[in-house]
Amino acid sequence: MPRYFTQDHEWIDVDGDTGTVGITDYAQGQLGDITFVELPEAGAAVKKGDAPCVVDSVKAASDVYAPVSGTVIEANGALDSEPELVNTDAEGSGWLFRLTLSDPGELDGLMDRAAYDGFVAGL
Amino acid sequence: MNAPNASGWRPEMGSADAADQVTASGDRALMLEEPLIFELAAPGTTGVDFDPPAASPLTSLGKFLRKDPLALPGLSEPETVRHYTRLSRQNYAIDLGPFPLGSCTMKHNPRLNEKVARLPGFADLHPLSPQQAVPGALEVINQLAFWLIELTGMHGVAMSPKAGAHGELCGVLCIKAALQARGDDRKVMLVPESAHGTNPATAAFAGFAIENIPANAEGRVDLAALLARLGPDVAGVMITNPNTCGLFERDMKAISDAVHAAGGYVYCDGANFNAIVGKVRPGDLGIDAMHINLHKTFSTPHGGGGPGSGPVVLSKALSPFGPLPYTVREADGSVRLVEEEDGASEHPQGFGRMAAFHGQMGMFTRALAYILSHGADGLRQVAEDAVLNANYVLRSLDGELDAPFGASGPCMHEALFSDAGLADGFSTLDIAKGLIDEGFHPMTVYFPLVVHGAMLVEPTETESKAGLDRFIASLRSLAQRAKQGDPALKSAPHFAPRRRLDETQAARKPVLVWKGDQPA
Repeated sequence: MPRYFTQDHEWIDVDGDTGTVGITDYAQGQLGDITFVELPEAGAAVKKGDAPCVVDSVKAASDVYAPVSGTVIEANGALDSEPELVNTDAEGSGWLFRLTLSDPGELDGLMDRAAYDGFVAGL
Repeated sequence: MNAPNASGWRPEMGSADAADQVTASGDRALMLEEPLIFELAAPGTTGVDFDPPAASPLTSLGKFLRKDPLALPGLSEPETVRHYTRLSRQNYAIDLGPFPLGSCTMKHNPRLNEKVARLPGFADLHPLSPQQAVPGALEVINQLAFWLIELTGMHGVAMSPKAGAHGELCGVLCIKAALQARGDDRKVMLVPESAHGTNPATAAFAGFAIENIPANAEGRVDLAALLARLGPDVAGVMITNPNTCGLFERDMKAISDAVHAAGGYVYCDGANFNAIVGKVRPGDLGIDAMHINLHKTFSTPHGGGGPGSGPVVLSKALSPFGPLPYTVREADGSVRLVEEEDGASEHPQGFGRMAAFHGQMGMFTRALAYILSHGADGLRQVAEDAVLNANYVLRSLDGELDAPFGASGPCMHEALFSDAGLADGFSTLDIAKGLIDEGFHPMTVYFPLVVHGAMLVEPTETESKAGLDRFIASLRSLAQRAKQGDPALKSAPHFAPRRRLDETQAARKPVLVWKGDQPA
């Protein structure tokens, strides 16, 4: 299952036309302790670059941008009671939401792991 | 020195310099520990005696009769007064020492302002008093309005907004009304990264879509990016000047001209007006609307000490859309408060009201007292001293703390540092907590967002050179400890009434209600 990354530090796993979105481990490290995650509603239509999700940390509230366009299928409800999952497992159980991709071609502009690691190393 | 707890003693430490001496009370002279007010309360105690009612009111309440006890603490009046006075001794205030909170302009509140505001003719007014009964108050509003217009080079002013963000909303609603009046449905508000965080929130609240404009390497608005984005869908731009990096937006006039040419309006966040009052008139820079935080620039108390007040000055283009009420001087010299539109109104297209009444009268009297007691030369010196003090802090810490825009020229009223160069595991937060131990209120931290681990220091003109030197010495010491990785700094503050709080748990699982002995 391929994983793509954005310059805004989101990741997306793609399985068929379904994508799972989260923020990267680098991003959670920059944000510090996550205190609240505002998740999108199932059924919400999002466009690439929209901010359907907000992550609050002790430092700041940060928008999470949709890496691709699509329709939200479900959000990670576990984060309502355990927002710290984004800190402990950002690229696993700390995922944020799943969506149905409306234009898989949008994935072409995203980075793979090696490219993202290089991008972060240059920051 | 000015530290409120210079010995660093806390009640639970039991002893500091006299290890074998303890007191029966647990307190130590004027260092007082204080329980919650609920823990002080005694059943049956009250500070007020009521006469028993002639007839019980309970029978007429019917099903609305309260079933559970109210659980208010019972204390006598002196117990209540002492409780809050003792708590206040654990607090920090501008009357205790420097309050370098960037972007907040925590300047001294001159006692002359307080004397004026307490004159019974001002202090005892009621907002529903008939206008004929309060000519002095109307004169104050009108004179203050005059000076705000004069100092900003603008055309009109809306006095009623209650604080900065309320003023922003007022200004943006003026822009919206002006667009609607010409049948223009522009939806996009441009907000640079270096603007105050309330700006995008205000524009979104007023129904605009927000688009960010990046900052350039200098820390100023990227002019090329802004010009490239202008178009028939752009309602306006909201710029903070001086911006949150503590820098003057040199391209302001070019930005205003381009926005106007594209059919938009320019909102300026005037929260940082203290840096330029008496030096630069925003009206000359092409600004269409700007709020003025009377509680910052004009020294009315804030930060728990008093309400804000955010009058909005307006350009000739936006003045017709300003809100009610406003003051006009009549031919006979008297001042009239225009409460309702009439045929002769100067605001025929006003968008409505921002508040039920005419504004924060107590702040108006203080701000006018400040303006008149300083005069034109005094206000100019306020700005010059505020900028000089900030640059003194910035340059005194050269080589100690990283100043990301130090090469962009002199700063305005605030000095901005980043966390670059601190030892692994040490952060801005540790330096801020260390300042508490040093007896200072911390600076603004982690804002602006464009700088990693930002520390924003605004000394204001209030501090003397000697006071600044003490603050700089503390900050230099903390920077060195953070760079050397002093583990004691990680657990600061050590000498405050409370140790470092668990901010994560406080945010994730806040305890907001006292529940007696039950676990929260």
